[in-house]
Amino acid sequence: MNSTTLSDRALLLFFIFLVLAGPAILAPFGGSYPDLLQKFAIFGVFAIGFNILFGLTGYLSFGHAAFLGAGSYAAVWMFKLLSYNVLPALILSVIVAGLFSVVIGYISLRRSGIYFSILTLAFAQMMFNVAYSVATPITNGETGLQIYNDDPQWLQGADSPLTTNLFGLKMNEVFWRPEFLGFEAQFNVGYYFCAFFLILAFYISMRISRSPFGMMLRAVKTNQTRLSFTGVSTRPYMLAAFVISGMYAGLAGGLWACMDPLAGAERMQWTASGEVVLMTILGGAGTLLGPVLGAGFIKYFEAIFSKINDQVLHSWFAFMPDGLENVMVAIVHPFVGKGWHLTLGLLFMLIVIFLPGGLIGGITSLGRWITGRGRKDQG
Amino acid sequence: MDAILLQVLNGLDKGSAYALIALGLTLIFGTLGVVNFAHGALFMIGAFCAVTLNKIFSISSEKVNPDKTDFLGNPLVEKTPYLESWFGDTGIAIMDWSVPLAILFSIPIMMFIGYVMERGLIRHFYKRPHADQILVTFGLAIVLQEIVKAFYGANPIQTPSPAAFVGTLDIGVYIGFAENAITYPYWRLVYFAFACAVIFAVFAFLRFTTFGMVVRAGMADRETVGLLGIDIDKKFTIMFAIAAVVAGVAGVMYTPINSPNYHMGMDFLVLSFVVVVVGGMGSLPGAVLAGFLLGVLESFASMNVVKQFFESIFIPSIDQIVIYLVAVIVLLVRPRGLMGRKGVMEE
Repeated sequence: MNSTTLSDRALLLFFIFLVLAGPAILAPFGGSYPDLLQKFAIFGVFAIGFNILFGLTGYLSFGHAAFLGAGSYAAVWMFKLLSYNVLPALILSVIVAGLFSVVIGYISLRRSGIYFSILTLAFAQMMFNVAYSVATPITNGETGLQIYNDDPQWLQGADSPLTTNLFGLKMNEVFWRPEFLGFEAQFNVGYYFCAFFLILAFYISMRISRSPFGMMLRAVKTNQTRLSFTGVSTRPYMLAAFVISGMYAGLAGGLWACMDPLAGAERMQWTASGEVVLMTILGGAGTLLGPVLGAGFIKYFEAIFSKINDQVLHSWFAFMPDGLENVMVAIVHPFVGKGWHLTLGLLFMLIVIFLPGGLIGGITSLGRWITGRGRKDQG
Repeated sequence: MDAILLQVLNGLDKGSAYALIALGLTLIFGTLGVVNFAHGALFMIGAFCAVTLNKIFSISSEKVNPDKTDFLGNPLVEKTPYLESWFGDTGIAIMDWSVPLAILFSIPIMMFIGYVMERGLIRHFYKRPHADQILVTFGLAIVLQEIVKAFYGANPIQTPSPAAFVGTLDIGVYIGFAENAITYPYWRLVYFAFACAVIFAVFAFLRFTTFGMVVRAGMADRETVGLLGIDIDKKFTIMFAIAAVVAGVAGVMYTPINSPNYHMGMDFLVLSFVVVVVGGMGSLPGAVLAGFLLGVLESFASMNVVKQFFESIFIPSIDQIVIYLVAVIVLLVRPRGLMGRKGVMEE
């Protein structure tokens, strides 16, 4: 037991280092700008939360983006009503998402398996429809919820900044732009604010995963029937897991609104729910580090791939003869730029088919294969 | 009274589409035990079969007519479809009837796609958990959708119905209402009749043919049928192809009602899943019944009277959420769905 906590501590320290040094590490890959870094952290939180439900219990929710959207709306409303300070916004977004997930979880968890997936999907679509059309006074419909000059903002001080801030510390401020090997790294307040919550989220998920509660959730995944036969009612455990992961999603939504104070209904669509599922399974469902890795991987490639246009492609294949160059560009073209979703879909399928354990699972089995071979050599 | 009847009619065409997609979903689930998230994509591909055939038919020869000019002052380019110049009036009629003809065009295509999907991908997922099946078909749906988008663009493409079915029928007059009280587009009637025919054909096929009997036996107890020396896997593959065809032709015939775009499949899929759940997982009559029921309910909810009533009890815009609300209530009151059998998907 002691060794587990030790390796956990090492993992946590490693994770903290990765997150804190993020801007410097990503600089050579062209990923060190605030917008992308913040997305890493936000979707990291989202995926960690999703993993608590899907990774531990095996219940596949297809409507988690609804909680993210709800969190975003709640946060923007706090900006509109109180002030640009991010703390009340985050608190409310977590609470609102928690409330929604209690209601939706209570109903959806009456069924398991496919029924559960479909129910959560139906709820998310319902919330999307409502946000998009019906609840326009609250969500501002198609336009998305924004902050206007005539909003009350009762607590907004006369001299406090007019962007989202933490007691005067502006979220969009870049406080240090050093150069690493000719690449610029941007250290941004907002990123470190998100990073704090990412580390906190990681730590909590680690504690949950190692606790008796986490053990119970894993038992649900292994064999729920047997668990009920031993006299355990799984419902409360499941609901707790669902609400926790819903609150994580709300926190992610709140953070997103803090970085960029507007909220739109498209954040709640089923495609967004599908994306977080993909992040989790790509990294490795049920592992601690996997979801964050998957989130970073997808957001990074999204940013890179969707920027590639035909000009870039031509410059890539410039070394080839002209005819071949055009053929290559024509082949690659549908997969990049606006066609990024095609690549995403293919990636999704390939991962599910060939790498059910995700990246982490792949790395682990690779390591086991190497060490296993080493042992055989010794023997 | 006439208003109520009109809403029932209005619900039938959407209900037909729900019923057809849900029927296919249930067939696949009942036979192979796989939840197919790509079924909506099959519906969409069917619709784009119609678009493709329409485009093929209207391939035209271009001739510059120096006597006339277009609005920019350039010589007018006259386009004559080859079909017209080759076959004259028959050619024009063929072009006019491109949507119904697309059914014939789509059946082999959908059969092929269904067969390849089952043999190439889904077969490998029988023994994997349901979550994996959902994920892989979801990925496939994205891929199919994006491929169609790459070829046809993101905008809806109008595909007209044959000229004979343009316009509306004044049904009210026949059953004793005032003129223009209940009018209904011809094509929607055609769609409803078509859906009924397809549903009837599927049921008859399962009920009255030896093949259907074997498939039903396989749905009940796959192992025993296999032990009797019947290659049940092959039969189930064919059922998958048939389900794909049902979704495909539903999509073909739906094009004149709503111009197809690349994400129409997913829009229908989410609702069709709700339909399947309400009807009862694994029950074919349940899927059909729930499809029509929810279609009609949806159109009732869009009536102004109903909307105002629900607004007065603080449920605004009921038409957007009624299907989901019904689904939630049904699952709470009768978790097995309307006609669900015991023991199906209850683990």
